[in-house]
Amino acid sequence: MTDAEAMVREAGAVAQAAHDAYPTDEQLVAFLRQMQLIRRFEERAAEMYTRRKIGGFLHLYIGEEAVAVGTINRLRPQDYILTHYRDHGHAIARGLDTKALMAELFGKATGVSRGKGGSMHLFDASKGFLGGYAIVAGHLPIATGLAYAAKARGEDRVTLCIFGDGAVNEGEFHEALNLAALWKLPVIFLCENNLYGMGTALADASATLELYRFASAYNMVGARCDGMDVVDCYRAMGEAMAHVTAGNGPYFLEAMTYRFRGHSMADPELYRTKEEVARWRQRDPIPALRRDLIARGVLTEQQADAIDASVEQEVEEAIRFAEESPFPDPHELYTDIYATEDRSHLALVHQSRVGETTHAMGEDRLP
Amino acid sequence: MTTATTASAALSTALPQTEDDDSVEMTIRDAIALALREELLADPHVFLLGEDIGAYGGSYVVTKGFYEEFGPERIRDMPIAESLIVGAAIGAAIGGMRPIAELMTINFSLLAFDQIVNHAAKILYMSGGQINVPVVLRMVTGGGSQLGAQHSQNLEAFYARVPGLRVVCPSTPYDALGMMRHAVHEANPYIFIEHSLLYKTKGRVPRAYYTVPPGQAAVRRQGKDVTLVGYARSAALNLEAAQKLAEEGIEAEVIDLRSLRPLDMGPVLASVQKTNRVVISEDAWLTGGFSSEIACQIQEQAFDFLDAPIRRVNGADVPAPYSRPLEELAYPRVEDIVTAAQELL
Repeated sequence: MTDAEAMVREAGAVAQAAHDAYPTDEQLVAFLRQMQLIRRFEERAAEMYTRRKIGGFLHLYIGEEAVAVGTINRLRPQDYILTHYRDHGHAIARGLDTKALMAELFGKATGVSRGKGGSMHLFDASKGFLGGYAIVAGHLPIATGLAYAAKARGEDRVTLCIFGDGAVNEGEFHEALNLAALWKLPVIFLCENNLYGMGTALADASATLELYRFASAYNMVGARCDGMDVVDCYRAMGEAMAHVTAGNGPYFLEAMTYRFRGHSMADPELYRTKEEVARWRQRDPIPALRRDLIARGVLTEQQADAIDASVEQEVEEAIRFAEESPFPDPHELYTDIYATEDRSHLALVHQSRVGETTHAMGEDRLP
Repeated sequence: MTTATTASAALSTALPQTEDDDSVEMTIRDAIALALREELLADPHVFLLGEDIGAYGGSYVVTKGFYEEFGPERIRDMPIAESLIVGAAIGAAIGGMRPIAELMTINFSLLAFDQIVNHAAKILYMSGGQINVPVVLRMVTGGGSQLGAQHSQNLEAFYARVPGLRVVCPSTPYDALGMMRHAVHEANPYIFIEHSLLYKTKGRVPRAYYTVPPGQAAVRRQGKDVTLVGYARSAALNLEAAQKLAEEGIEAEVIDLRSLRPLDMGPVLASVQKTNRVVISEDAWLTGGFSSEIACQIQEQAFDFLDAPIRRVNGADVPAPYSRPLEELAYPRVEDIVTAAQELL
C-alpha cells in the first residue's frame, strides 16, 4: 500500500468511524443488560466463593463493566481477544455462555476450559476468546504474535489485548509495543487503568500517570477514554478499530476505570480509603446508563426492571447448571498436556489452507 | 508440490551429487540447516525468527544464506528481546503460522523463561485442550569455548522438568535432521537443543526421507560389562570412552538418550539388567542434574540388577570459569568417564 492509498483508506475509515461513533439506543439497551449480567454474575460468584463452591482466586471486575462492554462489542466475529486474569467481564461481553463460565469457576467438566483453567484462564476458541492469562503482561507478546499471524496470512483480523495498569512496568509490555509498531501489526492494546496494581497505587509504581503516552515512544497512536462511561468506551474503541482495520498498525487505548471490590476476595483493602471507593461508586456506569435510558424515554422503569429480572434468571440458571454438572473425570488429570494434532479452530483453518497450497502432509510427517 | 517432494528437492540440491550411494556425510550444522530449508520450501507458513538470523546469518552460522534465499519476511530478524521472540512465536503458532525461533543461546532463554514455562507449556492444558502451540525453539547449549560464566551453561534439564514441553538433544547429524523434521510437524512446543561443540560432528544421513520422533533412546554401541548413559556432548564422549575401555578388554554399552522429554528409559533399564553397572554423564552441573533423574529411575526400576552404586560424571558445580586450564576441569572429559567405569568393575 502506498502512502497515498493509506491516507485515502485512513480518511475513509475515519469518516466511517465518525458515522458510527455512538451506539444506537437499541445497542445501549443491550449494553445495559450485558453490564448488569456481568455485575450480577460476579456478585453471585462472590457468594458462591464464600460458600466454597469456587476455589482459588476470584478477581472481580465489578465497577469496570463499561470498559469490557463498550470495547468488545466493537469487535467483529473474526477478531481475537487475549486478556488478563480479571477476565469474567470480557468473556461475558464476548458472548461466552454464562452457564459454561460459571461451571468453569466451579471447576466442572462443562466449564469453558473443561474445569482445567478456572477463573483466571477462561478460553473459548470458537469465539476468538484466546484466554485469560495470569502472569502480568505475559500475554502481550503472544497477542503481538497473533496479530503478526493474521497479517502474514492476509486475514482481516484485529487482536484486542487487554491488560491493567500494573502491566506497563513489565519488560514484556515494552517489548510487545515496540514490535507491534515496528511491524505495523493489527493489534489494539487496551489498558484498563484502575489506579492500582493489586494494592500498590499507580502513583507509587509508575513515573507517569498518563499511560497512553507510552505509545508515543513507539510511534504508536495513544488515546484515553472514560472507562466509567460505556458510550465513551464504545466511541474510543471505534476510533481504534478504524485506525487498525485501515492498515495503520497498532493502537493504544487507556480506559480510566476503578474496581469497586478488592483485588481478589482475600483483599482487606488497607491501601485505599472508603471515601475514595464511595466517590468512584457515584460514577457506577450501570445505574448511570439506566437513568439515562429511562430519562430519554428509551426504556420504562418496568422494562428496565424486566431486564434485571432476566439477568437474575440467567445467572440463577448458570449457578444451577454449574452445581449440577459433574467434576472432570480423574483421567483428565493427564489429558491436554500434549496435543496429538492441531486442535484449535485457528489451527484447523491453517491446516485446510495449507492443504490447498501444498496438499496434505504425508502420514509419515505426523506424530 | 507435496512436502515430501519438496523435501527431497531440498536434499538433492544440498547434497553433493558425486556420491551415488544411499547416504551422504554431513555435519550437524548442515543437517539442521537442511531441515529448516526443507520446511521453509514446503510450507509458506513456516518462518524463522530470532536475533541476527538474517543478514548476519545466525551467530552459529546455521542459517547462512537463508536471508538471501527466503527474504526478510520469512527470515525475521528480531529485536534483542527474548521474551518477545518466544511470545510472538507462540502467538503466531496459535494464529496458524509455523514459527521456528532461535534463542541464540540457552543462557539467553532465561529471559524467555516466562513465555516458555508459564505460557507455551500450559496453554493447551489451561484451555482444556482447545489451543495447542506448535512452536520450535532452537537454543545452543554447552560450554568449553572460554566464553565465561554467562555464555557456557547447560540448562536443558530445566526445560525437561516441565510437562507440556518436548526437549530433544541430537548428538548426530542423522538425529538433528530427523528430529527437526519431526519437531516442525508436531503440534507441541519443542525445545531443540544444539550443543555448540557438536556442530562440526560428521555423520551419514540417508537420502530417503525419514523423521525421528522424540522419546526413543538409542543404543550406540553394544557391550556387556558397563552401561554408559549420556546425551548431546556426553553421548559423544561416551563413545570415545567405550573405545578406550575396549582397549583394556572392558565392553561398554553406550546409550544416547536423544530426548529428555519424553524420556525413554527402556533401553537404559534393559542394558542395566545386562551389565549391572552404570555411569551417567552430562555436561550440566551435578546437583539436581538430569543424571539424578536417570539414577533415581534406575534404582526404582532395576535396583535388584545393580552390582555397584550408580556413578554420575557431571560438570563441576561452579559458574563456568574463563581461564582454559580451569575450564577444562569444569566439564566431563573422556578420562573421567573411563575412570568412573573402571572403578565400578
